[in-house]
Amino acid sequence: MTDDDRVFKALADPTRRFLLDRLFARDGRTLTELESELEMTRFGVMKHLRVLEEASLVVTRRSGRTKLHFLNPVPIRLIHNRWIDKYTERRVSALVDLKTQLEDTA
Amino acid sequence: MTTAIDAKVTTQVYRVFIKATPQAIWDAITKPEWTERYGYGGRAEYELRAGGKYRAHAPEPMRAMGAPAVVVDGEVIESDPPRRLVQTWRALWDPALVAEGARRLTWEIEVAGPGVSALTVTHELEGAPQTAATVAGNTDLASGGGGWPWILSDLKTLLESGKPLQG
Repeated sequence: MTDDDRVFKALADPTRRFLLDRLFARDGRTLTELESELEMTRFGVMKHLRVLEEASLVVTRRSGRTKLHFLNPVPIRLIHNRWIDKYTERRVSALVDLKTQLEDTA
Repeated sequence: MTTAIDAKVTTQVYRVFIKATPQAIWDAITKPEWTERYGYGGRAEYELRAGGKYRAHAPEPMRAMGAPAVVVDGEVIESDPPRRLVQTWRALWDPALVAEGARRLTWEIEVAGPGVSALTVTHELEGAPQTAATVAGNTDLASGGGGWPWILSDLKTLLESGKPLQG
């Protein structure tokens, strides 16, 4: 499995997207905090967090005795960059040019 | 207790896996001939010892837009090449950011597999909401999004392909 596959697999699940959304709203949470917002066993939440960690979308750091979970946007950024390079660069720059022209003439 | 809670909400953590040696990544972070080739392209100047100075010089296009000669400054707290660099970091291109002051920034480089290293950047941003918003970047495609996600993905691209994202 490539790095990209891991990211897509991790994102393909609504519970894992919910966990990422929670971390986006407030970063650096403990397992207990994340678990309290889900109708799911602690073990279930841990399993989902592990998939997110394997995709590097979540990075954990220790703070004393607690383990904090942080959202890492870099893997999404990397996929985004590749897509921009491959498919959309021209279209995006054309739109930016159009916006500039329209705003200049307005 | 409040401090601990604040710390976890305001710290930002970024990790990127790069097909490069820890030494190559260390050089790309600390040597000006490397730092001018990715991200915002400013030449970094590090005195790699505890208490040493850190400065990032504005690249020409940024100067032309009115940026100060030195866009980021700080102090080296710990230098353990090629594994760990702890420093303070203060943005100087905007008075609001200058007012928020310097915050702690930690670079950690670990071997993650054969020929692969993990670079983890931890930016502690307690009480610096504008700096936090700036370094987190945004989703503006035309400007490359900015912030650490963009800088680190550009660093990865440069080290793995020899070329930055745009250029």
